[in-house]
Formats: sequence, structure tokens, C-alpha cells
Amino acid sequence: MSLLGKLTLDAIPFHEPILVGTFIAVVLAGLVVAGLITKYKKWGVIWNDWITSIDHKRLGVMYIIVALIMLLRGFSDAIMMRTQLAAATNGAAGYLPPEHYDQIFTAHGVIMIIFMAMPFMIGLMNIVLPLQIGARDVAFPFLNNLSFWLTAGGAILINVSLFVGEFAKTGWVAYPPLSELAYSPGVGVDYYIWALQISGLGTLLTGVNFLVTVFKMRAPGMTLMKMPIFTWTCTWANILIAASFPILTAVLAMLTLDRYLGFHFFTNAAGGNAMMYINLFWAWGHPEVYILILPAFGIFSEVVSTFAGKRLFGYKSMVYASGAISILGFIVWLHHFFTMGSSANVNAFFGVMTMVIAVPTGVKLFNWLFTIYRGRLRISTPILWTLGFMVTFTIGGMTGVLLAIPGADYVLHNSLFLIAHFHNTIIGGAVFGYLAGFVFWFPKAMGFKLDERWGKASFWCWLIGFIFAFVPLYVLGFLGMTRRLNHTDNPDWNIWLYIACGGAVIIMFGILSQLIQLFVSFKNRKALADTTGDPWNGHTLEWSTASPPQYYNFAKIPQVRDIDTWTDFKEQGKAYQTEQSYSPIHMPKNTPTGVLMGMSLTLFCFAMIWHIWWLAGLGFIAAITFFIKRCYCNDVDYYVQPDEITAIEQAHINQARAAQEASA
Amino acid sequence: MLIRNLCKLALAAMALTLSGCSGGILDPKGQIGIDEKNLIIIATVLMLLVVIPVIVMTLYFAWKYRDSRTDEIYAPKWAHSTKIETIVWIIPIIIVAVLGVITWQSTQDLDPYKPLEGKGEHLVVEVVSLNWKWLFIYPEQGIATVNELVFPANVPVQYKITSESTMNSFFIPQLGSQIYSMAGMETKLHLIANEAGSYDGFSANYSGAGFTGMEFKAIATQSEADFDTWVAQVKAEKTLLNKASYQTLAEPSEDHPVTYYGDVEPGLFHSIVMKYMQAHDDMDKPHQAMHQHSANQLHSEHEE
Repeated sequence: MSLLGKLTLDAIPFHEPILVGTFIAVVLAGLVVAGLITKYKKWGVIWNDWITSIDHKRLGVMYIIVALIMLLRGFSDAIMMRTQLAAATNGAAGYLPPEHYDQIFTAHGVIMIIFMAMPFMIGLMNIVLPLQIGARDVAFPFLNNLSFWLTAGGAILINVSLFVGEFAKTGWVAYPPLSELAYSPGVGVDYYIWALQISGLGTLLTGVNFLVTVFKMRAPGMTLMKMPIFTWTCTWANILIAASFPILTAVLAMLTLDRYLGFHFFTNAAGGNAMMYINLFWAWGHPEVYILILPAFGIFSEVVSTFAGKRLFGYKSMVYASGAISILGFIVWLHHFFTMGSSANVNAFFGVMTMVIAVPTGVKLFNWLFTIYRGRLRISTPILWTLGFMVTFTIGGMTGVLLAIPGADYVLHNSLFLIAHFHNTIIGGAVFGYLAGFVFWFPKAMGFKLDERWGKASFWCWLIGFIFAFVPLYVLGFLGMTRRLNHTDNPDWNIWLYIACGGAVIIMFGILSQLIQLFVSFKNRKALADTTGDPWNGHTLEWSTASPPQYYNFAKIPQVRDIDTWTDFKEQGKAYQTEQSYSPIHMPKNTPTGVLMGMSLTLFCFAMIWHIWWLAGLGFIAAITFFIKRCYCNDVDYYVQPDEITAIEQAHINQARAAQEASA
Repeated sequence: MLIRNLCKLALAAMALTLSGCSGGILDPKGQIGIDEKNLIIIATVLMLLVVIPVIVMTLYFAWKYRDSRTDEIYAPKWAHSTKIETIVWIIPIIIVAVLGVITWQSTQDLDPYKPLEGKGEHLVVEVVSLNWKWLFIYPEQGIATVNELVFPANVPVQYKITSESTMNSFFIPQLGSQIYSMAGMETKLHLIANEAGSYDGFSANYSGAGFTGMEFKAIATQSEADFDTWVAQVKAEKTLLNKASYQTLAEPSEDHPVTYYGDVEPGLFHSIVMKYMQAHDDMDKPHQAMHQHSANQLHSEHEE
């Protein structure tokens, strides 16, 4: 047995010009960034204040950075697929042979769901949720840091697969028997398994962490039914995480046993049954889409009520509707495979249950409408994303209900109609929501607002690009085109494939606008600075802090008596007050254990993928050792002294008052 | 702008798909497909009853209550109305209840396992998905074909479906429903063509590198006599499909040409379905054989 397991020089794709070019570009970009960090002497800052930070706000920012980087990677995959399909019409082969193309569509799905949408959602939740409930941090700050590094480890693995070996060629669902050793003997599926395992562990720990945070650390007076709606929807999502991610872990572990130790859970031979994988995968996979969408619903609720200058209409309905969606989300998984031969009664049951989800979702839409009703709607970028969502998501919901009818699904299943549907809900729902939240809370996290002009340009490019990219896919589904085709030979399809490719290019301009927006806003950060901490006249407690918030969040934990606590404070004249004296604040210390454990486990996963057993053992033992060392460490906390708190608070209040006077 | 774009595209799509030149699921040529198309249209129209008002209200409210229109009523604290909340729960409940009934009924009627009523005797075709081609065995006629499926129009066909290896989905869009093909299992599908013609069929579930080429023509002949003529033509081929030649056929291949087998070993389909149900001692043998195939395939890919 070789010292490097299956890893040889052949695993490096020297013969692939696209990959070599990408690799050179990544290395050059890395060197430039490293050079800049060295030039501005920021290595210490990056290590001490970010990588080892256990501050939820900074972890949130890092999650979103990961999400944005992975958005670029996932979108590159998307535009390659669209150009391939636009080029490979009338029987032409295009420029991506199945060997590549099949990896690309698999990677696109995994990246966009697990490494773009999830980190984006968790990033926003990290930044906002503890502030909204008046907490100083999450319940387990060190665990929060570890969760981030486990997610980052998964993202690293999936990117390493680009340059070392290959990625899975199975589609993002990795159905056996195709994903079994017999039909996928390469390391691709192993990259898939371990990248999902390590990031899934991170997500599960995050879910548990935030559930404890919400249940144990709310400010006094904040009963469950006085929690801000974003906190509520995140809580439902976290309940779903805690209940569903273990299923993913288990099903991947079973696939691992099949592939590594010759087990027969899902093989064709020896009584294995692939249908079990498919059931278990979707028992996780369906709740997963609600994990993505529920926090986005929360964001839209916050944005609509803030920019309409009104209380959220039907708060209780919203909470119960989210709960209904969460519970129903667990009993609809079979609609992903009506065509697997279940009896009519089983299919009909799961079809009807799926439709029932449309009821609470419809209620939410009406509640947003009635929040706008008799409001004073400021048409800002977050509101544009919200309106864009309300229009597109309604259509996505309709096509979803259509797919939930087994009789319709028998002809629409796995067609491009399905692809159009779930992009319609995930882009038009989740991603628009995250982008709304990004603009909305950016000043809170970074201290300055984002440029409105580029933000609006980005929105219009995304929206129009989205329509041009996905409406043709609905049509192609009706024309009988199935998913994951490498090339086509049907003259009726061509025009729609070209339009869809054009749509992807328009979305590209949307993403470019966002990058320009970040750059322009950073250049003008003085002019765009938010000195009040409350740039949008917000309703909830996060706006009562400075922008960016004091590292301890709240000098004194607020007493809550209304859902819109901050609005209540402003009306009562209790906003922007300083205390006579402050008590010392108990704070956790930063620690490198999270990143060390995360990277050790990433190394373990990499070694497992390549069967380098000694390195796997080393990585695993290292992770355990770092953990035990941390367990015996007593130097984990400190107190912020009243003098320092007074100085920080006074500075914030002075700044806020000056800003108010200037605007008055 | 948005609405206009959407409408334009939707209209263009409708015009194109409904014009009949397209051959998709909105241009069905068989009873099952026709029922499914009608189901899609009915359900869509029902849902549009809510969807269109919601979209119109969204844009109208956003316009009417924008902050520059200061003469509109502003009620910042108004956040609850039992009347409105009851209505917004009841409207979707009614629509979903109606759709639910339609769903339950149509799912029973369109059950792929249910033989077609009142259409007479079913022709039986045994379907095997192979990497990456389709094998059709006609047990009653004692013939088999690869990548070409022929049957008479107006005669219902019962498909018994399995897979040699990976999972695929057997789908002829213009005739209606699809169903998965899975190794070691048999799934069923019943379809009929109402008119003669040649329809596209393919796998609708990704199964590896040669998946895109996994296409076949489903040809509905004008009459049963035409079908018999075709059967005789296939029988004229002196090739035999038995376990040995099946093994050769099962080797992975892409864009396989149409092939006729004039004779088929009886019970071949059954033995394909049952091949994974072997004595414990033989357990790893097919596994290793398959492993070998995949390794060869990987090898050839590297040489390219």
C-alpha cells in the first residue's frame, strides 16, 4: 500500500486547460491577497480578530464571505452549463464532455445549496439573531466558531476536488446504485460524502447552538410570542436542522460503509435497496429547503414592516404559519419520487400534504400585502428584493403545487419544468431574501450603508436575468426536455436554450453589480457611514446598538414589553440613554481551538477520500487532542470593566445624537 | 415591465407549445397523456385565480402606498384584523381543498400500475434499462429490440420495467406517465397511443456518462397488421438473445444503434430481475464483474 493511498500525480488534471487556468488564477489571486495583507500588516488582525474570533457578528461576516465566494464558484458552474447547452444543440457536442459536465452540474447543486445558501442564511442569523433577542452572544460561542470552521472545511474540500482528483458525477442527490463503488469507482463521490458530512456536522451544531440561545438567553420580558419574526423563523429552521441533519449524516454514513467496507445498504446485490437511500435523502432534503426558505420569509417580514413604517400584519398568523410549514415539511418527502412506483393512495396522500403547505405560505403572502396596506413604503433596495420575491415566488409556488399533483408529476418529473420550479423558489425565495437581508443588515455589521444605485442595478439584472433564464426552462419542460442532458438534438428547443443562456448572462451582470456595489460603497464608506446605529428607523433591538455593534452587544440587557421593542423604546423616549453606572460584563475569550479542530478534521476527510489511512488517523487524533486541551483550559473568559463600557457607550450616544441633530 | 415580460414569454410559450409542432407533453398522442395535460391545465387555471390577484395586489399596494403619496391613509399601528386574517386563511384552504379532491381522484385514475379499462387486451413489453440503452423484450412474440419500441396504435401496452444496473426512468412524453427502472425490481406502466406516429422516448433519470444518448423511438403503427409485419421482419433476423448474448449487450456502450433479436430465450426478463437474488456464496461475483467494467470504462476515458 502506498504511503499516499490512492493519491498519485495522475490525480492532478494537468491536461485540462480550463482547470489549469482556473488554478493559476486562484493562486495569483491568493498571492495578491496575501501580499496586501502583508503590506498592510494585517496578519495579526486576521488571526486574532477574525479567524480565532468567537464573536457571533464576526463569524456571521465570515459565513457570508464564504457564501459570496461560493456563489461565484457555483455561478461559474451555472454559466458553463448554460453555454454548453446553448452550444451543443442540433447534435453538436459542445465544449464540455460528459466527464466534465456531469461533475459541473453535481458541484453546482451541492455548492449552491450547502455552501452558498446555507452559509448565507447562517451568516445572517449569526449577525442578527442574538442582537434581536437582546443577548450578548450565542449560548456556546466556542462551538459557534467550530461550526464555522467545519463548514469552511467542507467548502475547502469541494474546491480542492477541482484540482486534485475529481468531483462526483452523480447529480447533487448522489442516488445509489450510481453512487456506489460499482458505478462510481473514483474519488468524486467520496469528496461529496466527506464535504457534506463535515459541513453537515457544523450546521447541526449551529442549529443546536441557536436553539439553546433562543430558549435560554432572551432578554427579560421577551416571551416567545414577543420574539421578532426573523428570530422566530430562524428558530423554526433550527428545529428543522436539529431534526433533519442527523438523517443526512446517517444516510451518508451508510453510503460510506457501502463504499469503504463493502456493506450492502444500497447496492443492487445482497439485499441492498437504493430506494431506502432515496427516502432517507429526501427525509433530510425536503426539510432542508424549508431550512433555507423560512429565514428568508423572516427577512422579508422584517424588511416589509420596517420600510412600510408599520407593525407586521398578523404576527401570530406568521408564527403559526411558519410552524405549520416546518411540521408539514417533514411529511411530504415522497413527492420527490412519485414515479418510483408507490401505490396510488400513497402518492395521493403525499401530493395532498404537499399542497396543504401552500395554505400557510399563501397566508404569509397576504400578511405581507396587508403590512404594505396603509403603510408608507420607502422603495429602497431591500424592498425591491421583497417585491421581486412576492411576484416571482407566487409563480414558483404555483408550479410547485402543480408538481405536487402526482398525475402532473408523472410527465413533469425530472424535466426542466422541475428545474425552473426549484430555481424559482430558491432564487426567487431564499436568495432574494438573503440579498434583501444583506443590504438591510449590512450597515449594522459593517458600519456603512451600501450604494443604492448599484444595489438597484443589481436587483434589476437579477430579476430580468432570472425571468429570461428560467421561464424558458418551464417551456422546455413542457416540450419534453429532461434534466442533466449533455447535448440536445431537437430544433424546437434551440431558441429556448439560447434565451436561457442570455438570462444567465444578465444574472452575471447582477452579480457583477453587487461586486461593484461593495467596492463603491467601501470607497465611499465615510459618506455612507451609519452613525446612529438605526439607519432605516428599525423596529427591533439590533437597531438599538451602534453600527457595528459594541463587541459586548448590550451594556445593559434591555427590558422588553413589545414585539417591536426598539420602536417602543423610541416612542417612550427610552432610546439612546446611558446608565449612571454599569456592571462588569462577562465575556468569552477568542480561541484558536475551533480553527485547529476544523482544519484537522478537514485533513482527516481529505485523507479518508484518498485512503491515506495514517494521515486520517493523525488528523482525527489531532482534532480530539485540540478538543481535550480546550476542555482543560481555564483561561476562557474575562470581564469588561465599567470604565471601558461607559466610554464606549458615551461615544455611541454622542455620535447618534450628533447625527440626529445634523439630520434635523 | 416584469409582468409584461412574463406575459410575453408565457404567451409565446403557449403559442409555440400549443401549436402542436413541438411534440412535448402539451401535445399528447395517447389517452394517459391527454388526461395529464387536461389535469395540468385545470390545476393551473384554478391556481391562477389566487396567483394573479396576489401579483396584481403586490404591485398595486406597492405603488399606492409608496412614501411619496402622503395623502393616503397611514396606519402604522394597524396590525391585526380578524376579518382579514380569517379570509386569508380560508381562500387558500378552499383552493387547496378543491385541488386536493382533484388530486386524489386523478391519482387513482392515472395510477401507472392500473391496466387501461375498456381498451381491450394489453400487449406486454418487458423493458430493461442498460448502460446506456433500452432493451425491449416482447415475450408473446418471442422477439427483442434495442432502442426501438414498436406497438400498434389504439392497443394498450403493459410495460414491465427493470434495470440491469443503475436507476433510469422510462418516459415517452407524448404518451404520458414515466416510471423508474430499478435493478432487482419490477415496476409497471400502462400506456396507449391514440394515433399512429413516431414518438421520442428516453431515460428521464440521470444514470452516468452515456445518459444523454439513452434515447429510443416509440413507433405506433397504423394497424395491428402493420405491427405483425414488423414482428415478422424482426423474426427474420437470426440473432438470438440469451443469457450469454445479453451479457455482451449489457456492457456499457453509448448511442447504441437499433438492434433486432429474432429469438429470445424464454424467462430472460425474469432472470434479469432476479439476478441479484443469489446464493450467499455468489454474492460478490456480479459486484466484481461490474467493478471491472467500470474500471475499464474509466481507463478508456483517461486515454481520450
